[in-house]
Amino acid sequence: MSSGIQPTEGGRARAWGLWQRGRLVLSVSAVLLVLAATAVAADNRNPFAGDAKAARAGESEFRINCALCHGLGAHGGGRGPDLTRAQKKHVHSDAELFQVISNGIPGTVMPANGTNGQGVGMTDEEIWQIITYIQSVGVKVTANPIGNASHGKELFYGEANCSVCHMVEGKGGRVGPDLTAAGGSRTREAIIDSVRNPSRRLAWGLTEATKEFPQEYETITVVTADGREIKGVALNEDNFSVQMIDSSEEIYLLEKDTLRSFQRSRESIMLTYSRDHLSDKDLDDIVAFLIGVGAK
Amino acid sequence: MRMRRIFGRMGSACIACALFSAPAHAQVTFERLANSGKEPQNWLTYSGDYAGRRFSLLDQIKTTNVHSLAAKWVYQTGATGKLETTPLVVGGILYATAQDDRAFALDARTGRPIWLYQHALPGDIRPCCGRVNRGLAILGDKVFLGTLDAHVIALDTKTGNLIWDMVAADYQKGYSFTVAPLAVKNLVVIGVSGGEYGVRGFLDAYDAATGERKWRFYTVPGPGEPGHETWEGDSWKIGGAPAWNTGTYDATTNQIFWPTGNPSPSNRGEGRAGDNLYSNTLLALNADSGTMNWYFQFTKHDEHDWDATQVPVIIDAGGKHLIAQANRNGFFYVIDRTTGKLISANAYGKTTWSDSKDAEGRPVAKKEASPTLEGHTVCPGALGTTNFMAPAFNPQSALFYVTARDQCDIFSTAPQPYEAGHAFYGSAYFPSEEAEPYRGFLKAIDPATGEIKWTFEHTSPTWSGVLTTAGGLVFTGDAEGNFIAFDAASGKVLWHFQMGGAVYAAPMAFAVDGKEYVAIAAGSAVYAFGLP
Repeated sequence: MSSGIQPTEGGRARAWGLWQRGRLVLSVSAVLLVLAATAVAADNRNPFAGDAKAARAGESEFRINCALCHGLGAHGGGRGPDLTRAQKKHVHSDAELFQVISNGIPGTVMPANGTNGQGVGMTDEEIWQIITYIQSVGVKVTANPIGNASHGKELFYGEANCSVCHMVEGKGGRVGPDLTAAGGSRTREAIIDSVRNPSRRLAWGLTEATKEFPQEYETITVVTADGREIKGVALNEDNFSVQMIDSSEEIYLLEKDTLRSFQRSRESIMLTYSRDHLSDKDLDDIVAFLIGVGAK
Repeated sequence: MRMRRIFGRMGSACIACALFSAPAHAQVTFERLANSGKEPQNWLTYSGDYAGRRFSLLDQIKTTNVHSLAAKWVYQTGATGKLETTPLVVGGILYATAQDDRAFALDARTGRPIWLYQHALPGDIRPCCGRVNRGLAILGDKVFLGTLDAHVIALDTKTGNLIWDMVAADYQKGYSFTVAPLAVKNLVVIGVSGGEYGVRGFLDAYDAATGERKWRFYTVPGPGEPGHETWEGDSWKIGGAPAWNTGTYDATTNQIFWPTGNPSPSNRGEGRAGDNLYSNTLLALNADSGTMNWYFQFTKHDEHDWDATQVPVIIDAGGKHLIAQANRNGFFYVIDRTTGKLISANAYGKTTWSDSKDAEGRPVAKKEASPTLEGHTVCPGALGTTNFMAPAFNPQSALFYVTARDQCDIFSTAPQPYEAGHAFYGSAYFPSEEAEPYRGFLKAIDPATGEIKWTFEHTSPTWSGVLTTAGGLVFTGDAEGNFIAFDAASGKVLWHFQMGGAVYAAPMAFAVDGKEYVAIAAGSAVYAFGLP
């Protein structure tokens, strides 16, 4: 990090915005991000900006290094956000994007360049090529947001019953995944798909490197030695034991060889929300609420 | 003082050692390596014997008492990342390695360290897949280590002092060593890694006494050499075909059998038209000269990163001299090791890439299996049906045990220029959305028929290797940290222990003071288990 640096507008605006919203707790990642962003030199500009040839080279690098999480075409995958969005949560300029690719995003699964155990990572030139590619596929203007976020929030905590199982910003149930970050890390289409077809992919599995705790919300049904049936969601499992939570948020710690039966299924415990249960419009509103939370 | 104390302890250990045939402090000669079955208390090579069987003749721990197996000691290496080491044990001293090219010697009864060696690594090494090391070779009074910056070094067995240090290749171009070397006669045989960097692969042999390089076999033939014509243009210069897993040795014919890895770039065949010899090949080399007697290529012109680097296990059965290999491409191959001719190839996991065989019986890739820009699903995925995890063969059960995975990936090419020292995959692959979740197994295969005799399905795929013993047992680890013992005949789980860290290593067995132990690395520690 060189001295004599100019804080970027993005970095300042972000810090100010966070304080303005009166958040009492500044997350470690936000602090580090601000530090990283403010450390970017003003002359740290993309040498390839707008260069179509560099964008093509960047596309290949993107496919090799980024697409596993961010999807082919940068449209987002199960783990990484859609990078074609005009509004990105963590970056507001090429220089910040460079920092994020180089250093990762603390507190998230976004790794620093060269830390996946595979060699020395990308060169600066390759990173700039990737940035050129991302900018070339980016949507230039934010489309009018789809859905009414405040109505979505009402539905989420109200009649749509999402919060019975899902938590957002510390409020809600514990059986399903916490959705606070979902709107920021998943595409709109992926969220809609997981509401309409919850079993199609459950929660996305994590990559091998971070597979230490691969909770995928599989449905577990067991019958205990005394004949009691318990159905719930796996918190963790190995060959010999399972840790699960049921719909009343009771945790069970079970050894498989003591059970009368053990069944693991990728049929989600979550209700399938058909259009009869939840209209497209209401679902758009819920997604708008999640995207709004995720963008914070 | 310290050394004397250690020798004092070892002195008492040796009374028991004498019950077995070899004295503890005798030098580890080539004859001892070639006759490792005569001293089952020691584990002298990566796979336990030259045949690569990972089979221990120790039978004190057996099907009837394994339920009472208990942890005897744990050694924390202090390293982070994947521990892939298989320890060696000689005369009550355990030698092993950890990440970033650490080597250490422990009192094998207590886990207490005797010495620690840390190789000084530069900051810009190019490991492919973690800063890993799979173990040491031992010969005479030295252990041998291949390093991530492509050095081959010799350490004194008693002190860990550096005896010699040779540079094999330029690490800044992507060359590295992760493999456990194999000591044969007076040579240290070692194969290079770097298939992700467009290296030109090789297998080297160094004089164990001096470090002088005695021969090098380039796994990609140069101009004028047979096989060179299987590479388009200059693609041979960056053709890959590394040799990053430990091979085997047949003393009767003085042949080294060493398998090779993928051609570079791993998932893009464009620009390297041809079979790409000797990538994904089993090489039979004269141990003294490194000259090739025969070869067998498993996957021609590979475009799926299916390194054929799995241990080629020497099996003698029914008067036949065989080699069996459970290949990353999903087929189990049995080869006549006298001629190099294929005897059988049977799928042992989910495969979609081949639906026919050539005149020799070799599975042939379907045209549609080639990666495309848009990408499409092929099974097995890039990680393969198996990978570096060591298999085992038990001559008593006559079964071959291997860790297997069912996973399909979307293979997509990504044109990428070669730049020395930079990752060179030419590809991107993704877990297939349409496919089932990944599944992991331990499978027992009858090499005579290719039939799968039993299967244990893990909760998730594991990277652990397998050990089998004369106690009628099979041992393996899992991704969630369990160490598990099975009945070798039936596959029934007989015992398990939660070690608290994922397993990427293979187990081994040894005995000290007449007491059998089974050891394995998990998380960042080495564990030893024994009977109460």
